[in-house]
Amino acid sequence: MNLLALQHDFRNRLTAAAPPAASPASPGLAVYRNNYRVQLVGCLEQTFPCLRAFVGDDVFRQAAAAHVARHPPHAWTLDAYGERFGDTLAHLYPDNPDVHELAWIEWAMNTAFVAPDAAPLDPATLASVDWDRATLAFAPSLRLAPLATNAADIWSAQQEGRALPEAAMLSAPGGVLVWRRGFTVRLRVLDEATHDALAHARKHGRFDALCALLVAQLGEEAGPAQAGALLADWIGGDIVVAVTDGASSTLTIP
Amino acid sequence: MPTPPSPPRLAGFGLGLRREHYHDFLETRVPVDFVEVISENFMVDGGQPRHILRRVRERHPVVLHGVSMSIGSADGLRPDYLRRLKALVDEIEPLYVSDHLSWSRIGGFSSHDLLPLPYTREALDIVCANIDRAQEALGRAMLFENPSSYLGFDGADLHEWDFLAQMSRRTGCGLLLDVNNVYVSAANHGFDAHDFLDGIPFDRVRQIHLAGHSQGRDLLVDTHDSPVADGVWTLYEHAVARCGPVATMIERDADIPPLAELLAELDRARCLALAEAT
Repeated sequence: MNLLALQHDFRNRLTAAAPPAASPASPGLAVYRNNYRVQLVGCLEQTFPCLRAFVGDDVFRQAAAAHVARHPPHAWTLDAYGERFGDTLAHLYPDNPDVHELAWIEWAMNTAFVAPDAAPLDPATLASVDWDRATLAFAPSLRLAPLATNAADIWSAQQEGRALPEAAMLSAPGGVLVWRRGFTVRLRVLDEATHDALAHARKHGRFDALCALLVAQLGEEAGPAQAGALLADWIGGDIVVAVTDGASSTLTIP
Repeated sequence: MPTPPSPPRLAGFGLGLRREHYHDFLETRVPVDFVEVISENFMVDGGQPRHILRRVRERHPVVLHGVSMSIGSADGLRPDYLRRLKALVDEIEPLYVSDHLSWSRIGGFSSHDLLPLPYTREALDIVCANIDRAQEALGRAMLFENPSSYLGFDGADLHEWDFLAQMSRRTGCGLLLDVNNVYVSAANHGFDAHDFLDGIPFDRVRQIHLAGHSQGRDLLVDTHDSPVADGVWTLYEHAVARCGPVATMIERDADIPPLAELLAELDRARCLALAEAT
């Protein structure tokens, strides 16, 4: 057997659900099979500590074991292994949006932590921007998702060492925003209108698109005013990190 | 392919930089000659990890020690991995860049474990070709570490130490001698650890690792979760007697104690090395 065939065979023995029939190599293979699983489950435990606390060790370990069986790792870094854990949870617990959203929050926090750096925008540089042509650049760490449950409250309670609340649906759907300011990862719960406005502005990358959405919703006077207020908030929070209009650039690169 | 210049020699003593000790390394003067970090933890786009490494680098020489290059993969190395590592190397300017004589990836699968190679001439050709490619991509010679292993393969042409010697001679890479791994593999495979030490070219050794291991059900397991065992210290004395002054560090990756305990363990290494030198 050449090396390529040996390595594919070894991979199959490593990932097979049941250990192979006894052979002289079995004790050694058992060590590798155990190391493989322990490392992957440990990675998920480190990546999703709040989810683990919320669902309990037994449920978490069952989900982690199912994920290891469903999704062998592919990325160059072990840190990426949690990326599709949400898929496994959706498969195992299709009727638990609280679990799905909590997993999303923790994965977003993890990836935002090591996202590319971005220097804050200096508001003074905005004076000369042509707002009809202004394009918006968002923090590379920004992650945004709809929110239907109190998963963000559960996450906050765990961060603050409080008792975790019972899962509940929100009275009205909203959104959750995760991003990094400096080296600190932030989480903010948004109402539905703000979530939709941010998602729209991010999709189009233009201030006039944001204005058009809000004019359609709020009218000719209130729409642009709300767009300006939102943009000011996003710039102040380092959510928008650059505004350019092609002529006067305020792009900030770290 | 021309071999790159040999990695420099450093006679010093270092520790692994672990999260539990970030504050010590950033806010106090830690008496080490270098620190070693796991490369992959810092091959990220941005954020605090890279920032911390830059600050530590201002205080200490840094060794980048990888676990995922998969130098023994029969289907070659990942270009994206090499690009990320090169970017980190260019920024940090490490003392050494090292990884393991093992494989972890085949096809699209990455085990994230140090899997064993058969010590065959075919594997040697593949490993050497991969090392040539990695060293060319990084623009420098690397070090490769002997791993702990828990199984062997039928049909091996070479002893592990012969494989390491030929690999180093053909590619110009340096060797990272993990004395604990020699001890663990010798116990697991039933060879004499002194045969291993007699077989490797000590003029190619640039760094020594010391670590703890655990007794598994059937085999010794390289767990890095305990102090260095007495038998490993004895083997280290033999190694430094052969090797002369060489960069030595203690690896601890689980059940990590206060830094003072690791520094005391490092002092033991320092004393043993000094005794062998005088």
